[in-house]
Formats: sequence, C-alpha cells, structure tokens
Amino acid sequence: MDTVTESQRTLYPYVTGSSVVAIKYKDGILMAADMGGSYGSTLRYKSVERLKPIGKHSLLGASGEISDFQEIMRYLDELILIDNMWDDGNSLGPKEVHNYLTRVMYNRRNKFNPLWNSLVLGGVKKGQKYLGTVSMIGVNYEDNHVATGLGNHLARPILRDEWNENLTFEEGVKLLEKCMRVLLYRDRSAVNKIQISKITEEGATVYPPFSLKTYWEFSAFKNPTVGAEVHGSLLVVNEMKQNFTWISA
Amino acid sequence: MFRNQYDTDVTTWSPAGRLFQVEYAMEAVKQGSAAIGLRSKTHVVLACVNKANSELSSHQKKIFKVDDHIGVAIAGLTADGRVLSRYMRSECINYNYTYESPLPVGRLVVQLADKAQVCTQRSWKRPYGVGLLVAGLDESGAHLYYNCPSGNYFEYQAFAIGSRSQAAKTYLERKFNNFTASSREDLIKDALIATRESLQGEKLRSSVCTIAVVGVGEPFHILDQETVQQLIDTFEIVREEETAPAEPEAAAEQDAATDQASGADQGGAGNQGGADQGGSPMDI
Repeated sequence: MDTVTESQRTLYPYVTGSSVVAIKYKDGILMAADMGGSYGSTLRYKSVERLKPIGKHSLLGASGEISDFQEIMRYLDELILIDNMWDDGNSLGPKEVHNYLTRVMYNRRNKFNPLWNSLVLGGVKKGQKYLGTVSMIGVNYEDNHVATGLGNHLARPILRDEWNENLTFEEGVKLLEKCMRVLLYRDRSAVNKIQISKITEEGATVYPPFSLKTYWEFSAFKNPTVGAEVHGSLLVVNEMKQNFTWISA
Repeated sequence: MFRNQYDTDVTTWSPAGRLFQVEYAMEAVKQGSAAIGLRSKTHVVLACVNKANSELSSHQKKIFKVDDHIGVAIAGLTADGRVLSRYMRSECINYNYTYESPLPVGRLVVQLADKAQVCTQRSWKRPYGVGLLVAGLDESGAHLYYNCPSGNYFEYQAFAIGSRSQAAKTYLERKFNNFTASSREDLIKDALIATRESLQGEKLRSSVCTIAVVGVGEPFHILDQETVQQLIDTFEIVREEETAPAEPEAAAEQDAATDQASGADQGGAGNQGGADQGGSPMDI
C-alpha cells in the first residue's frame, strides 16, 4: 500500500488544459485540442501538446492538470515498452489502453489522490475503430464522438446534429474546427492555437498547430445590450412603461 | 533409474552439466496417462486417456478450462497440474480485468514457464511434476504449446505426452502436414485415432477418453461423453474385440501399485517412450 502524506495528495489542479474533442470518421479517429496551459485564470503556457500517440494503435488527448498528464504518459510509456518487449505478434490496442487507464484513474480516486484529468483515448486496430473517454473519478464510456469539459456542453450538441459514420478526412476536420471555434468564443480558458491529430490503420499523425479565423462583427457581440436601451435606472423604465400598451400573445 | 550423488537436490549440478532432479521430474510426466494435442489454423483439440483406478472410483480430471480461449491438458502429478491451472486462471482473469481483453496464449505460456524455472533454482523447492499441453487462440491464430517441468516451452502443430505417447506421436508425425487446413471434425477424428494408438489395443470408448475443443467463434469446452461416443461410432474406428482382454487387467494391477506410491495419475507403468534413456531430455 502506498502511503502518501496529507500535503502530497492532489487537492486542486494548478496548470490545466481545456477541452479535447474527438470523432470517429471513415478511416479512423480525429482529435482536436488547443495548446493552452492555464495557470488559474492566466493563459500562461501557449505551446502545450495535449495530444500524444500511444503505441502503434492509439491516440491520447488530455484536459486538466498537465503534470498529471505527464505522469500518465510515463505509465503508458512503460506499459507500451513492456508490450513491445514481448515481441510476439500481440500488441495492446486502444480498447486495452482505455481500460488500463480506467483502472488507474479509478484506483487513484479510491485513494483520494486523483490524477486530475479527463482523458480521450481513440484508435484503430484490425479495422476496428475505438473511441472512449475516462474522467478523473473513473467514469468511462465509448461513443462515436466524445469531448471533455466544456466541450461536452458546447461541442457535442453540434456533433449530435452533424456527425455521421462516413465523414471524409476533410469533412471531419471541418466539423472539429467548427466545434473548436465555438469553444474559442465561449470558453475563457481556450487559446487560439489548435492542434488536430488523426489515427488510422496506418498510424498516428499529429499535425502542426494552426489558428482559427474568428469573426467578431456579430451584432450580438457588438450590441450586447440590445433590448436594454434605456440607460439609467429601473425607475426611469417603469415610468416609461406606463406609456406603453402591452399586447398579450 | 540412475542413482548417484548429484541428484539429492535441484540446486546441484552433475559433472556432466545436468540437473537430475529436473530430469526426474520429467520422468513423472512420462508416468502419467497420455495427453494429446493437435491444431489447425482455426481450432485446437486436446484429447486424453482417462482411466479410473477401479470401477468404484471416478476419473481423474486431466483437462482444465483456463479461460474462454485457453484450455490445458496435463500429464503427471495431477495435484501439481491443478495448482498450475489455478495460477493460469488467475492470470487470465487479472489480465481481463485490467485490459477488458483476453490474455494472449503466448504470454501466459511464458509466465508459466518462468514460474516452473523458479522451482529449478531454489534449494527449498522442487520442480513441478507435470507436463502441460496448453491450447489457445489469440490474435495471431490458434496455438498449441507444451510446458515442461524444466521451465522450457515449445510450440507444436501436434504433440503427445505421458505413457504410451510415442504411439500417438508416430501417428501424428505421419499426418501432421494436413492439420493446418483440417476441418474441426477431421481434427477431432485425428485426435481420437491418436488416442486409440495410445490405448495399444484396448477398445476406444468414450468412458476412457476425454476430448476438448477450442476454436474461432467456439469457446473452450469439454465434449460430453455422448457426443464423444457418437463421434467414435461415426468414425468407425473402434477396434474389434479380438485383442486379449488379459492385457489391460495386468496393467491395471501394476498401475494400482505405482499409484499409491507416487501419487501419479493412472497410466501404464511401463515407459514406452524409453528412447531418451541415455541423453538428457533437456537437450531436446
């Protein structure tokens, strides 16, 4: 049994990454995340790689505490190393890695010393596509599209409407960019430096970062106070109200 | 057998570079009743000769299911075999719990072999006195392995261990080239014929043998007696009644004596495969 003194248990995160969004597409999995590492409300680090290939068949994306993500990478590096050392034609696929991570996260949660991450694990093995997620308390599930953090609230509704099984690479990337753009507008910890990665039967590719074009001329952005024209106090409005006729619907 | 001053414990080498205790353990395997395994591209069949001590007692269990995709047949000290089967089951369950995936046979077999090796290098232990034929499926196909008490393991297309296994091996050597492409039914038929060879003239009935199968889309399971008897009848390989009834009885008496003494499972007292009297079995 490990003994960890009070001062060493994880109580709250320090440097965090924001959402990860991932989808299954025709040839495999596409995953996107920005490269920001926030220190509380400061957008402190802007070149943090949060998408990493694991072995031959999987991709891992992480949000939450970056140092815990680096720790998880060390666990996985060791796991994959031992798997490779068998040198016997068998290899750990995305399903196996996902379950291994679930066990690790859940066990840490049981010891009240969690790895403060939400993870996305995707991959392809023998033509079978796999996409799953694990949270810091060990909640895990698979789906055709997954996201962490605010991505669940902002990106997944878009994906529910627009995802289909046969997306090409271009369609998939466009869809992910749409999701990341919404996150960029609405998530305060998002940074405009996006990385997309894909994994297919042939292997994993993490593309170089790029930034999204944004549009700030929406009338709702320019006139956020539309409908509250009267400037001053409520009492002024009430006086004016007496001069209006209310039409009931 | 050889009696000399270097065979008292397993951590003593002989001047010729042999570990006699390990070799003696391999002898225990030869005393057990025959176990046979054969594989095709998609299926593996295990068969063994299962003779009860007396009419009053039940048969010794020699085939164990380890997981849905792995099974094992043993020859030698059945108690040791049970313990190792329990270890194998435990390893499979643990792997499945962590990875939601079946443990590849090749890896289980290596773990088993390493466990056996430990017992050849500790002065307070003795080698396991059981040989295991491990049959299983993984993503690289169907596999059959043989694990020795020495800690060695080998992969086979077909193999037989235990007493009178040489007769079965001779039959398998003639036919093994066809096994890869064999159908499930032909594979079982060859297993039954090989078992019959090991019985050396005794009538092949489902009460003296046990058959188990594992294959793609077919979890490991032991065939029940009726099915086996039907298969035997269908293949029409039951020998005529001309063989001398006196022979099996004499063998049975001898077996009873060795049984009490060594605790080995039921089988022929004589060692038919005595070819390796001179050379070290570990050099194979």
